[in-house]
Amino acid sequence: MTVKNIALVGNPNVGKSTVFNGLTGLSQHTGNWPGKTVSLASGTFVHRGQAFSLIDLPGIYSLMANSPEEAVAIDYLRYQKPDVVVIVADATCLERNLNLAIQIIDAHSNVILCVNLLDEAKKKKIQVDLDSLSRLMGIPVVGVVARSKKNLDKLKEQIFYMAEKSIDSPDLSMVFTEEKVKDSVNRASALYKACVRLEQKDYNAPDRTLDHFVTSRSLGYPIMLLLLGLVFWITLQGANYISDYLHIGLFGLQDHLFEILTAWNAPPMLIDLLLFGVYQTVAWVISVMLPPMAIFFPLFTLLEDSGYLPRVAFNMDRCFRRACAHGKQALTMCMGFGCNACAIMSCRIIDSPRERLVAILTNNFVPCNGRFPTLIALISMFFAGLSTGPLQDVIAVSLLLAVILFGVFITLLVSKILSVTILKGLPSSFALELPPYRRPQFAKVIIRSLLDRTIFVLGRALVVATPAGFIIWFLANTYTGDASLLSLFTDTLDPFARLMGLDGVILMAFILGFPANEIVIPIIIMTYMATGSITELDTFQLRTLLVDNGWTTTTALCTLLFCLLHFPCGTTCLTIKKETASWKWTAAAFIIPTVCGFIVCFLVAQTFHLLGV
Amino acid sequence: MNDKLLPLDRLRVGQKGVVMDIAATDSEKRRFWDLGLIRGTTVESLHKSPSGDPIAYFIMGAVIALRNYDAEKILVVSST
Repeated sequence: MTVKNIALVGNPNVGKSTVFNGLTGLSQHTGNWPGKTVSLASGTFVHRGQAFSLIDLPGIYSLMANSPEEAVAIDYLRYQKPDVVVIVADATCLERNLNLAIQIIDAHSNVILCVNLLDEAKKKKIQVDLDSLSRLMGIPVVGVVARSKKNLDKLKEQIFYMAEKSIDSPDLSMVFTEEKVKDSVNRASALYKACVRLEQKDYNAPDRTLDHFVTSRSLGYPIMLLLLGLVFWITLQGANYISDYLHIGLFGLQDHLFEILTAWNAPPMLIDLLLFGVYQTVAWVISVMLPPMAIFFPLFTLLEDSGYLPRVAFNMDRCFRRACAHGKQALTMCMGFGCNACAIMSCRIIDSPRERLVAILTNNFVPCNGRFPTLIALISMFFAGLSTGPLQDVIAVSLLLAVILFGVFITLLVSKILSVTILKGLPSSFALELPPYRRPQFAKVIIRSLLDRTIFVLGRALVVATPAGFIIWFLANTYTGDASLLSLFTDTLDPFARLMGLDGVILMAFILGFPANEIVIPIIIMTYMATGSITELDTFQLRTLLVDNGWTTTTALCTLLFCLLHFPCGTTCLTIKKETASWKWTAAAFIIPTVCGFIVCFLVAQTFHLLGV
Repeated sequence: MNDKLLPLDRLRVGQKGVVMDIAATDSEKRRFWDLGLIRGTTVESLHKSPSGDPIAYFIMGAVIALRNYDAEKILVVSST
């Protein structure tokens, strides 16, 4: 039996990925950032004994490719010759969606139209006459509500029948002239008029009212900051709470493990290595880093699912235009909050090569999910502790906002510098779609991304933190002469690090944190502990440990800034290499943020030094 | 009805216009075509961003934001 190939195509933001997940039962996502098709996702399903391989193609508006991402979709249709093409369309925005559908019908013989988001259409009192649509277009049309899996079995049934038919060679070689485009646009409009009835002429009114507020001159920016602040506040509050419990649990478990290992007569050195090297590092990653990551991620996903992020790009566009950058860079930056590597891949939505490079090279100035907890930990330990009660939260959230805004400022500054030097050029034209607002599926998003994040971080903790803990322990316990290798290593880095307001241990932690940023703080803690005599720490004593090792407010500030401004992690570097196909640009993406970090930290440290702080 | 051609970005918010001509390079034109912006399409100016640029338009049932620098290449006749 041969596997039949099915391709899913459609405009961006029509819920294509939801249809994909619904059909394949694959709850897993393509990237780390849910809901986005950044690289081709494929999955399989079996219907009536026939196996189908389903591929989720990037969103396209027509069969003319304007960006590398669109080219991927169109090339697939042209060269892979799928057995069936399923066009996914948004029932609330059918007119433009039909334009693409018509172009595909003209080029391909086995096509099914899947009209998604019927529930949203119903809410807006938009009546879609699916039967007429099917008759007039001459293809099967299935109406579905992908997120509640409604009618997906009907879609499978149609795919099954359609796949039985042989395909004519697809003809995607057509040259697009204005006449041709006009023809498909006019046919789409005619179909729309014939098959869609609006019971409520101003069905878009609620969206427009909302847009009126969130993009208004007076409220646009305050609402943006408030929402971001709210997300930070929930993250901080929740993380503190969970961290304490995890800490008590994990370090309580350590005592039990110690007793068990001792009872087994394990060699003291092995106990030392396993518990104080490996176990503790992993425990720190989980107790300090995991909670903020696991809370922030779903919250940001909710913002994304609601359709708010394109409005942020809309509001911020003026800054990007001034920096000679692409307006969609604001969107790729937002993705950076989740994962810089994924954000680098999402830069494919930018069609101009110059602006795509600018976006790739500057993406690391947005702190990803793995660096976020470091910022939170440093702010709560050194800056927000000055006062108590609600004011403390306000200070912490404001500082976090300030750090993020500083990152945005550096992004724009570096984009501008790149645009007038090595990547000279003017901003190219683009269109930013502001999709309809949708109520996110709160419970589903929260539970799923909470689980995804937790499993992801736990996995990374085991894979990355374990060897890191091992290395630290090994270096701390191997002596040449009087000094351990660890102190030799950190002492070498120390003079240089001091210039930037850091110390050798901090700089080493960032270097060892290259595979994964979330192990930076745990490495710092472990290294100080390896050289000190403290064995028991709770989160409140963490500050004491750092202060005992010479940390001042300046140190904390410089560490914070260096966390924001330093080389991308290993995964991100590899992704940059893949996306740019150039070691030169990968090196640039490594060097630019690092140099920025050196300069900023140096200036801050020296200024504070002169001021005698 | 006012028959004078005006660039799209000059439509007042709430005003509708019909596209009469697109004065842009071929690749820019193709991007406009993708959105359904061709001669004869009706476009409505919806709302401005806080700085007045870009502006959001209602085009073929979707809300699309265009920078004024691009929108001024699209010449429309105001229809309301």
